[in-house]
Amino acid sequence: MTHGLNRIMWSTLGIVLAALWGLPFVYSVWTAFHDEVYSANFVWNAPLTISNFFEAWKAAPFALYFMNTFLMITIVLIANLILCTLVAYAFVRYKFRWSGFLFALIMVQLLISPEILIVENYLTLSRLGMIDTILGIALPYLTSAFGIFLLRQTFMTVPISLDEAAQIEGASAWRILWDIYVPLAKPVYLAYALVSVSFHWNNFLWPLIVTNSPEVRPVTVGLSVFATVESGVEWSLVNAATLMTTAPLIIAFVLFQRQFVANFMRAGIK
Amino acid sequence: MNKKIPFNLAIIMLILPCLLLIAFTHYPAVRALINSFWNNASSRRPSKFVGIENYQTLFEDDRLAQVMFNSTIYALGTIPVAIGMAIGMALLVNARLPGTWLMRLSFFMPTMLPMIAVANIWLFFYAPGIGLASQILSLFGLPPINFLGSTETSLLSMMFVAVWKEAGLFMIFYLAALQAVPENLKDAAKLEGASNTHVFLTIVFPLLRPTTIFVAVNALINAFRLVDHVIVMTHGGPNNSSALLLYYIYEVTFSQRDFAYGATLTVVMVCLLGVLAAVQYWLLNRKAHYQ
Repeated sequence: MTHGLNRIMWSTLGIVLAALWGLPFVYSVWTAFHDEVYSANFVWNAPLTISNFFEAWKAAPFALYFMNTFLMITIVLIANLILCTLVAYAFVRYKFRWSGFLFALIMVQLLISPEILIVENYLTLSRLGMIDTILGIALPYLTSAFGIFLLRQTFMTVPISLDEAAQIEGASAWRILWDIYVPLAKPVYLAYALVSVSFHWNNFLWPLIVTNSPEVRPVTVGLSVFATVESGVEWSLVNAATLMTTAPLIIAFVLFQRQFVANFMRAGIK
Repeated sequence: MNKKIPFNLAIIMLILPCLLLIAFTHYPAVRALINSFWNNASSRRPSKFVGIENYQTLFEDDRLAQVMFNSTIYALGTIPVAIGMAIGMALLVNARLPGTWLMRLSFFMPTMLPMIAVANIWLFFYAPGIGLASQILSLFGLPPINFLGSTETSLLSMMFVAVWKEAGLFMIFYLAALQAVPENLKDAAKLEGASNTHVFLTIVFPLLRPTTIFVAVNALINAFRLVDHVIVMTHGGPNNSSALLLYYIYEVTFSQRDFAYGATLTVVMVCLLGVLAAVQYWLLNRKAHYQ
């Protein structure tokens, strides 16, 4: 009997905490779906409206921003998948001088990420003449230490006998990679892609520094330019724009919830 | 297996990808160290070697002292609270109570949002007069607080945002760890008459230690790496009261165009992270020693 009471108590505590935790987000949603007059004025039957979303969409070139983010993420993801695979494969399958040292050198990026080095990376980029380009935003992120680490761990679990059998059949190194290693790592590729996409979708500081013109701005930078409240934009529009730019991620999360959680857990177990 | 790598394969597999990584991780770090010994070039004179002059400036820089103080408070304040919240949330979600889906959704949602969106949401939440925070205060008849606009509360308000954003992510790691705790251990303890609290403190909590180390290290790196909310919500103000180290680097370099001092501050940041990594290594090694 006390056990049941306990459960009710804990459950209530959890739900209250969840409600409090969700409050800032719910408040933002409320404002986005109501007219400006209701933005700080709670009337339970206040009329719902989606006109804020239309107005925000028209007030800034969000379609262009989405396109830029999409392009940038695609470049980073494709480069990451190819380059990290190659490096991880080399580390797992071959031995060479300095391999331990080289691996340690790569892992430094986990600690000192490109965000920390904005000053010098900006100078490098301007020497290359790539300031204010989408490729410039992507450049520091094309190889990822996290991706290399994750794929190396996965490739190490591939049975040696499979590899040796393929060698006896005369398969080349590339064929073995493509036919044996890559298919076995498929779930890891999917999980890594999800984490990488969400990271680069959310990235702000580096794109803010690198971009000057709307033509190359990703959605996060576009949102910050739009949502400067001092410029007189209404709160309801700011909230609508904020939700609009994060909606694809929220939808993706709902669709891929299991993989997301599973991957975060896997990263935690390392 | 483990054959010697053929030269042409090594070039494609290792040298090309690693050059990219080195160009944007190691090269800039070394370059920052070199540039920190030179002053800024101007249109009239090229940059010249100034020795440790930039480093002397570090010690006379009152704003830097304030920023380092803020960063320390920020890290020491947010990390333990976020970890504590995360453990509590994980226990709640793991207990199979009614309403678990709501808790999981609500706790994890902030993690999914970009920091810039989180900053906008909280900017509105804190807005004087119109924001929910000041409405709640007035509901209880309390005087309004200008959360982001006063030097006493701005840093604390930013820390709140950071905990809100990060605790849900850490909860996932603890959830994984909790599910790996063997049931029979807990059952055995309960048979012996141990209370729930006792089981948690003596069996579950020690098993969460590796997770806690991992989470703490990540939280520490994030505390230094993520300043999007500072840029959007306060610009480090008022009076530098909410400026963090990376924000200061950003402002010195890209608002004041002082690249030489920006490079010097970058060196400070890299050294700081290096020391923290060494502490991490030591902690992990100590754990291995006890096993």
